[in-house]
Amino acid sequence: MPQNVFVWISQNNGEVDLTSWEALAIARQIAGDLGGQTVGLLLGQNVADLAKQAIQHGADSVFVADDPSLMSIRVQPYSAIITELVQTHEPAALILGASASGLELAAYIAAKLDLGLASDCTELSVEDGSLSAIRPALIGNLVAQIRFGDKLPHIATIRRRAFTPLEPDSSRTGEITPVGIVLEEADIPTKVESFESSSGEVSLTNAKIVVSGGRGVGGPEGFIPVQALADALGGAMGASRAAVDAGWIPYAHQVGQTGKTVQPDLYIACGISGAIQHLAGMKTSKIIVAINQDSEAPIFQHANYGIVGDLTKYLPALTEEFTRRLGK
Amino acid sequence: MNIIALIKQVPDTAQLSGTVNGLALMEDGSPRIVNPWDEYTLETAIQLKEAHNGHITVLCMGKPEAEEALKTSLAMGADEAILVSDPAFENSDSLTTARVLVAAIQKIGDFDIIVAGRSAIDGNTAATPVQVAALLDLPPISFVAELKEVDPQAKTISAVRLLDNGRETVSSQLPALISVVKEIGEPRYPSFMGIRKAAQANIPTWSLSDLGLEANQVGAAGSHVSWPRVSLPTAPEVTNEKIEGDPTEVAKILADKLIADQVI
Amino acid sequence: MDFELSEEHRMVQNMAYDFAQKEIMPIIKEHDRNHTLPVELSSKMAAQGFLAMCLPVRYGGAGMDYISMGIVSEAFEWADTSVRETLAVHLGLHTLPIFQWGTEEQKQRFLPSLATGENMACFGLTEPGAGSDVGNMNSRAHREGNHYILNGEKMWITLADVADRMMVFAKTDPEAGVRGITAFILERGWPGLTTGTIEGKLGARASNTGWINMENVSVPISHRLGEEGEGFKIAMGALDNGRFTVAAGAIGSMKFCLQESVKYATERKTFGKPIAEHQLVQQMLALMQQRIDLGELMVYKVGWMKNKGIRNTRETSMAKWYCTDAANTTANDAVQIHGAYGYSDEYHVERHLRNSKGATIYEGTSQIHQLMQAGYILEQRQDRPLRCELPAYDPDVWRAEN
Repeated sequence: MPQNVFVWISQNNGEVDLTSWEALAIARQIAGDLGGQTVGLLLGQNVADLAKQAIQHGADSVFVADDPSLMSIRVQPYSAIITELVQTHEPAALILGASASGLELAAYIAAKLDLGLASDCTELSVEDGSLSAIRPALIGNLVAQIRFGDKLPHIATIRRRAFTPLEPDSSRTGEITPVGIVLEEADIPTKVESFESSSGEVSLTNAKIVVSGGRGVGGPEGFIPVQALADALGGAMGASRAAVDAGWIPYAHQVGQTGKTVQPDLYIACGISGAIQHLAGMKTSKIIVAINQDSEAPIFQHANYGIVGDLTKYLPALTEEFTRRLGK
Repeated sequence: MNIIALIKQVPDTAQLSGTVNGLALMEDGSPRIVNPWDEYTLETAIQLKEAHNGHITVLCMGKPEAEEALKTSLAMGADEAILVSDPAFENSDSLTTARVLVAAIQKIGDFDIIVAGRSAIDGNTAATPVQVAALLDLPPISFVAELKEVDPQAKTISAVRLLDNGRETVSSQLPALISVVKEIGEPRYPSFMGIRKAAQANIPTWSLSDLGLEANQVGAAGSHVSWPRVSLPTAPEVTNEKIEGDPTEVAKILADKLIADQVI
Repeated sequence: MDFELSEEHRMVQNMAYDFAQKEIMPIIKEHDRNHTLPVELSSKMAAQGFLAMCLPVRYGGAGMDYISMGIVSEAFEWADTSVRETLAVHLGLHTLPIFQWGTEEQKQRFLPSLATGENMACFGLTEPGAGSDVGNMNSRAHREGNHYILNGEKMWITLADVADRMMVFAKTDPEAGVRGITAFILERGWPGLTTGTIEGKLGARASNTGWINMENVSVPISHRLGEEGEGFKIAMGALDNGRFTVAAGAIGSMKFCLQESVKYATERKTFGKPIAEHQLVQQMLALMQQRIDLGELMVYKVGWMKNKGIRNTRETSMAKWYCTDAANTTANDAVQIHGAYGYSDEYHVERHLRNSKGATIYEGTSQIHQLMQAGYILEQRQDRPLRCELPAYDPDVWRAEN
């Protein structure tokens, strides 16, 4: 009777995506309800010590596939290994973080094994012995409860920062088992040519704090004080579609319906009116602060704290105050 | 070059307001649009067509009203459009949808590339395009922000993907499936000539039997997940507090409050 | 009787409104505040084929019908009157008259570059001392061999200071009143031809309005449109097109004002409830919709008549008079509903109010139209057949490549 929960430990260049720790935490709960174990799946190159971290963050055991062909995350070789592990060990569930790679990998595996998939879940539980999920739909304007059919394992990707990771416990131990690759490099059609990291910048989707600029910042230079505030807070910088379409800031910063969805603790919206498409990307933030010249801007209805005023005056003041308090 | 573009028709979220909520928007008869990501799908397909003297077939699984989305695709510059529609297809999960699309693609015949949008704004699973690739055994290349080189003769493709923490350049083989994000290029407006052609175009509808599928392979019957309960999100309790004063005062007050809220 | 928009018309409507939303709305407030013409918009309009949308393909047009021109006018003015004005004067008042009255040689010579937007065009009828009283114009044209020498001044001309081509009207026979007026096509750069911009308008600020001065401008006979003395008929025929786009545009403005008013009224609260629940506000909203419903029927009937080649001067005049007055009242009510916020340019409705006032003045004041209508009723006014009628819409002919 399948009871174990597999969790994909996503890593890039030796750094684990925090959502994997969040996934381990919820996996432990699920496994506990099912009476099974939490098993980490770690793929990459030179990743042996990450396996210990996975144990410390909640995995009972870890399968490790370590090979040059796994250096970058690629759907086909990764999926081949994970599907073989799933077929051999028959878990009850497989959980991945809903990063770009996680979404792709989960979908591919579900198709190859003909399994049910719940994407971008904000809640996971066991109901009547089966995995049950809650996820947002229609850009956050609906909430859907997902029920799985009988075929196991059930696959779920979890929304970033929807679950709380466990505190790492260095006393925990567990079995770490090496596994081999399934696809030879020659059989993998997709090659990664290069990677241009945007770190140095905080990743938007991972960020605890996001400071965004909209049409109200007035132009590309208007983003300089926005970035300064983001830096003072150690946060990421976002933008509304209006600012991106105007060419003031690259699309990678866009938050909203055709951009990124963020779930920070703190979202500061500067010169953003609060169109529904933008709200779709950030309204689940824990605390929302809005700064806008227009007191009737819709964003104020969604903001915990509203400041009606001129960005050029308030942003520098906020940056100075936060720098003082946080010492960054 | 034979290009297949996958599009979806979705509720028009621009109509959401104080009086129109998510549930109302899902009802039959409420306004529908081409999935915003799929405008980029079409733009990408048309750019490929122009660069390689290609032919675009647009495929859409949906209710009969989805024909309008296909007409728009033709008006933008696609050559052919096919609607895949059958009451049996309703309530398909992403994998089942992929299965139906794959049956249609196999009926269309040869292709060099399949283009899709990152996700659909209603379901937002981002799964269906990848699953189409998996079922067809094609390399999936998702979140494409830029196409670098596409060579239908050499059967190679290279593209830049937008990942959470950076931009990844990949190369792969054709045929492949790509899903695109906004950066790929601004969708063009339908031209008058395109509108004239589209208005006159006849769009065939393929049903369950046309695709050679069984009822138990599609719809709710063929799906591994279902969504028995869809509701409006509970509105978070937000007390809208205005902070007033000169910038230095406001900054102090806000900092106090945010620290008390434990968000910084 | 089919009151539905065809599939083709619906697609044109979607595309035009999309263009208005994405290209015009984001930039228009800034241009309106600064009284500048968004030049980049003209090239986008040209690229999309709007500038010659209802002209046959063989002359560079898009081969669409007159109703489509109405739909596009509506969508443009939903965003702002300035862009609709460009379409009105370039296509309605200059290009279509050449299509109607030009010799084949003139059509081949003038239409293609107007269609691509390579040459932007305007319509110079009004003078400082002659607006409603066209017959009283002072501009003179006297024939010298195979040229005409033109003298005079035109004023309140949309696009005067930016257009490359100007259709102007001058008297070749000063004794003959309106029957002595002749139409000419002028090209920027000709000696003696100067233009300038008029500042300080109440509305249509994102459009260029100016004057044209002619001092012994030599105009070759190839550039005379129609015969000597046909100028008045040509001008009035042109206005049938312009007025149609003005009326259609007014519908767009009213739709925008209603939509904004509903949005504001359902969100804004006074005395414990959204103001949309107050009856006096509801009355204003109901009247807005009534005007839109009435105006639409008139405008689309005129489009249908033009498609069929039926003379529609009277119906166009009625539609223009009604719709522009209605749009002015609607914008006024929209500002009222918005309260103090309506008075600020943070919102768009005050711009529609200022814009809509101009429309009740140009292309025939509301008063002139009332006199025209009375003239038709009392049978003092009759529309006699013209030597050249505006061609009916024939999709096969218009869409043929040659």
